[in-house]
Amino acid sequence: MIAARASILARIRRTRAGAPLARTPMSAPLPDLGADLFARFSDRARALASDVIGPVTLDRALTDLATYLNDRHLPLTAVCWPQLATRNWRAAGLRVEARAARGDDLVGISGAFCGIAETGTLMLLSGPETPASVSLLPETHVALLPVKRIVARMEDAWALARREHARLPRAVNFISGPSRTADIEQTVTLGAHGPYRVLIVLTRED
Amino acid sequence: MQVTTLHFRRKAAENLANDQLQRALGRLKERFVGARAEALQDLPDFAQLREAAAAIRQHTLDHLDHYLERFEAEVIARGGTVHWAEDAQAVQRLVVEIARQHSAQRVVKSKSMVTEECAVNDALEAAGVEVMETDLGEYILQLAHEPPSHIVAPVVHKNKEDVADLFAQHHRRPRQTGIAELCREAREILRPHFLAADMGISGANFVIAETGSALIVTNEGNGRLATTLPRVHVAITGIEKVVPTLDDVSLLLRLLPRSATGQSITNYVSVLTGPKGAHDLDGPEHFHVILVDNGRSALLGTELEPMLRCIRCGACMNHCPVYQSIGGHAYGWVYPGPMGAVLTPSLVGLAEAIDLPNASTFCGACAVVCPVKIPLPDLMRTLRVRQLQQNLRPWRERLALRLWAWCAQRPRLYALLTALGARLLHLLGGRRGLIHRLPFAGGWTAGRDFPAPAGRTFRELYRARQPR
Repeated sequence: MIAARASILARIRRTRAGAPLARTPMSAPLPDLGADLFARFSDRARALASDVIGPVTLDRALTDLATYLNDRHLPLTAVCWPQLATRNWRAAGLRVEARAARGDDLVGISGAFCGIAETGTLMLLSGPETPASVSLLPETHVALLPVKRIVARMEDAWALARREHARLPRAVNFISGPSRTADIEQTVTLGAHGPYRVLIVLTRED
Repeated sequence: MQVTTLHFRRKAAENLANDQLQRALGRLKERFVGARAEALQDLPDFAQLREAAAAIRQHTLDHLDHYLERFEAEVIARGGTVHWAEDAQAVQRLVVEIARQHSAQRVVKSKSMVTEECAVNDALEAAGVEVMETDLGEYILQLAHEPPSHIVAPVVHKNKEDVADLFAQHHRRPRQTGIAELCREAREILRPHFLAADMGISGANFVIAETGSALIVTNEGNGRLATTLPRVHVAITGIEKVVPTLDDVSLLLRLLPRSATGQSITNYVSVLTGPKGAHDLDGPEHFHVILVDNGRSALLGTELEPMLRCIRCGACMNHCPVYQSIGGHAYGWVYPGPMGAVLTPSLVGLAEAIDLPNASTFCGACAVVCPVKIPLPDLMRTLRVRQLQQNLRPWRERLALRLWAWCAQRPRLYALLTALGARLLHLLGGRRGLIHRLPFAGGWTAGRDFPAPAGRTFRELYRARQPR
């Protein structure tokens, strides 16, 4: 296989005449997001079938989330990120275990590293306190996102990640609504292998 | 995957007469073409954005060795392993070796056209490893033992009744025909496979040089499951899929989903870097990347190099009148439509895919919609020239062209023959000026009438109108 590496690279180099690596920056106009990133984020997230609540205080967020689950006859038992373990779940009437998700968990509660206004997208970073499976295996995914963590574009999200983390985590997941498929007759169906619904609760503090 | 492109003509004819397929293709055109146009409204200047996207892809190709080595170094720094594969056999060997090395018995796969190209499933099954496709479309195809007919919507040729029949037969559950019910059934059947799998195989829409990451765009979540739950993750992708930075990929992501399905972004974009850390609660323990050449590096420095910019959105096939009429299977390999008409002969050999560069009306729609500005009709024309130079066209066609060239170089003779032809066809057209059956072109007149010429050639009319 070392031979394969050498011969592939040799074939590539045969025709690459050592052009300068320096790049002339390309400027391409990007979508106008308006002044209000929160409004853009909420509109876009809803357009991609996420439910959005808030912004509310953190205490209110937990009770609103419980109400959301109740209204839809969803269980009040959930798995959550260890990072969120110390929140006052019991007061909101929720029974929550802090760990990675299992195949039979029905509700998963995560935070989010940031939100992206351009597309109404959540950005989640995996880690010991923030396992990726919580936003993936359960049928309902709830994400708590401080409203001040909404950035304009994906490029801004990368810049924020570079500022706050020495290196990329194992998994960066951008999530834009519930999982979906259009494989059968190009008909969009919500809920494929991941969550059937995504609730974003925007919070005012943190 | 076996190349059956030599049967192009026969399969195209069969597919034209297949009503169910024609309905399915109509649906594809309706949904994807309209959705793309609408999604592009969101962008202030598509032309400039695709200029930038093409520049990123071309810059990377110009320095492909540099960016591949940088990518490799970053993967290794993060505890992953990079393998290089010359061809499909090498990919098969590597995947089986990796499975053995980690004692993997059960594999779940996320959709990947490169693994179709390299027949990875066959190799694993031959080695006694169970392989499950988990993208809904690919899973349906695995049950039906069929190849994909579209690179984004692989099962576009089937309707929900076909899927219901397949599920009823394989799942031993009551037959359901609602699309939502069928999707839920597939979820319930596949979920235990995700949880039990030892190894997950994915493609990569891009690999990122500055971070050593593999990026996948998915909607169903199966790609995330296959790369999160099993102990081992193997990402298999072509050497041309590397891009320099996370910012480059952010720009490309504004065009890929919009061009493919008309989405502003896919449900999931996952950027995967290395195996899980010591304290991580989930993620694979081992991270492998297989970089596949399989004929790609041979295109560098040739007229076909722009094809390597391709980001596999499928817009060219969605907009192609030939693809819309005959579907993907007729093209006989993994890649259909205009991009396949260039890529298949380039990767498997021109002699194996003799009809593909000609499967185009040269309307140019593919080049207009391509988000990375690949001049697909020009590349098909290049391949046509090569076919002729290599004497690969049928002798009748070559003879006819030679005869035509001989006449065209003799203006008087040419004028005489065309004048005769125009008059003859005019007579054949009768009073209504339409020819129902044209000698030597029965295929053309089988579906429509041929409008007859007015009786005089352009040159005759031109001369008549010259001021004396």
